[in-house]
Amino acid sequence: MNEILQVRELCKTFRLSAKQQRLEHTKQSVKVAVDRLSFSAYEGEIFGLLGPNGAGKTTTLRMLATLIKPDSGDALVDGSSIVTDPSDVRAKIGFLTSELKLEEFFTPNALYDFFSDLHQVPTGVRETRKRQLFSRFGIDQFAEVKVANLSTGMKQKVSLAISIVHNPNIIIFDEPTNGLDVLTAKVVTDFLQELKLQGKTVIVSTHIFSLIEKICDRVGVIIDGKMIVCDTLKNVTAGKSLEDRFFQIYADTVGDVQ
Amino acid sequence: MKNSIFIIFKKELARFFGDKRMAFTTLLLPGLMIYIMYSIMGNAISNQFSVDEDTRPVAYVVNLPESVEPILSEAFHLMPTEESSAEEIKEQIRNKETDLLAVFPADFDAAVASYDSASGLQAPNIELFYNTSQTSSQTAYSYMIEMLSNYESVLANRFDVNSGDAVYDLASEKDTTGTIFSSMLPMLLMVFLFTGCMAVAPESIAGEKERGTIATMLVTPMKRSHLAIGKISALALIALLSGISSALGTILSLPKLMGAATDQLNANFYQVNDYLMLGVVILSTVLLLITLISIISAFAKTIKEAQTYIMPLMIVVMVIAVTAMFSGGAKTDLVYYLIPMYNSVQCMIGIFSFEVLPMQIVAAVVSNIVYTGLGVFVLTRMFNNERIVYSK
Repeated sequence: MNEILQVRELCKTFRLSAKQQRLEHTKQSVKVAVDRLSFSAYEGEIFGLLGPNGAGKTTTLRMLATLIKPDSGDALVDGSSIVTDPSDVRAKIGFLTSELKLEEFFTPNALYDFFSDLHQVPTGVRETRKRQLFSRFGIDQFAEVKVANLSTGMKQKVSLAISIVHNPNIIIFDEPTNGLDVLTAKVVTDFLQELKLQGKTVIVSTHIFSLIEKICDRVGVIIDGKMIVCDTLKNVTAGKSLEDRFFQIYADTVGDVQ
Repeated sequence: MKNSIFIIFKKELARFFGDKRMAFTTLLLPGLMIYIMYSIMGNAISNQFSVDEDTRPVAYVVNLPESVEPILSEAFHLMPTEESSAEEIKEQIRNKETDLLAVFPADFDAAVASYDSASGLQAPNIELFYNTSQTSSQTAYSYMIEMLSNYESVLANRFDVNSGDAVYDLASEKDTTGTIFSSMLPMLLMVFLFTGCMAVAPESIAGEKERGTIATMLVTPMKRSHLAIGKISALALIALLSGISSALGTILSLPKLMGAATDQLNANFYQVNDYLMLGVVILSTVLLLITLISIISAFAKTIKEAQTYIMPLMIVVMVIAVTAMFSGGAKTDLVYYLIPMYNSVQCMIGIFSFEVLPMQIVAAVVSNIVYTGLGVFVLTRMFNNERIVYSK
């Protein structure tokens, strides 16, 4: 199988302010968010990054999306380095996270066109793809309603559609179902599986066990910025539920959950 | 392939003009407000200076001398009074019911005729009672002083100044226009341009950061420099339109505002090339201002913070703008035309006073464009800096 994403020894540290040091009862002025993290994702699979809050999942995905730069290490996204060719990487991936907001003043239609233009999508292709995506997510009735007036679920669907205007082969979603009701969450997870069927590679981060069990082919467990286990879902769970396995791994790594 | 500078430019304009309230308050309102304000001020000032012919002020006079009566009655409705009722009239003045009381010495004419200024003795004294808190009383007092002083100089006339019919002020109408315009307009224009920039740049840069929408654009393959240039050019255009609106309001109402002070104002002295030079200077100034404010806004986490950080820059620009009022003409040394902001003010003074040299305009515009280029470079670096884009 083709390793479409190769993450090699990624490191990222953040400086802590004096106040943050007091809050975390530490004298260290630097916090290691991601610590020599390596893993690969294969073409056409859904890869899940599982870990508690603050484990470094979001930081890792932000580095892969070239929004922040690693302190050391590199990742190759379909052959392009996130360190030396960030612009190529951006053209190859679709990135969705709750922190990337859409300008509420505009309509889904206008925003779709705007981001298609930024991705240099030809007008004809843009219109066909917009029709498909808008009808797939039921955005078509709201295409001319300002984003500010849309429901949370509809906003998330619009963000999703806009994150893939350029039909990328690699799609990176940070906590894709957070804050969504069960119906919208199902639309999103179903869509991720559709993308897989189309041969796309999907990377998701989450702390929801059921989501991983439902859609992921392989899973990496991150704790304190380190990759503890990375294998197929079947090998990781070894016959147990993912939840039980995770707490076992956590206890072996950090100690008992308090 | 579509140019991403143009895509960003188009989006910024769509954002601005799509919001009718924002477009109205930034583009139309400033010009309208200035026009209305200056017109009202102009009317108020000219009303204060104009003399109402029909209603001569009333002056009560004790011991009215025959010699003075014909002179005073030209301007006053004179009411001869007995000395005994003086206190009563003073009380009326205190209560703002009466404007003026003049008390002459009993034998005024004789005393004046026999007075020798070389004697060192006290001259005959006229007492005028009035009330400064009442405008009509204050005005009547001023008239009375003026007329009595005239009368005094007629009595002891030794020489005259400018008593002929010749035109003594040799300044042409063009000179007067140049002096007044070059002392007022550069300051006003700088204030308007800054206000226009201030209205749009923090919203577009710090606002996008605050709302998390700038990161969405940064995950597209667009170059960061294109984002910086696209935003700066769109914001500069909007700020320019806002500045033009304010300037139009000023130029249309300036004759009304200054009409009271002089009737020698005529904007027709300015030719097409004056306006062209002014346009180029203003354009380069707006570009630089927008770039500076954008950089400051990019440092800030919120719009509010951006507006606070901009205050020091605003004070500096205002101080530079005010120097125009006290400059006494444009500087001739070319070095002054390389100092940002100061060069714009100097060019405007030069243009309005008809003294500008093309070399000065070129120096100012080129240096402004160079500074803008440096600013775009800095802003691009900032858009590339994760600590600035994602600072929370």
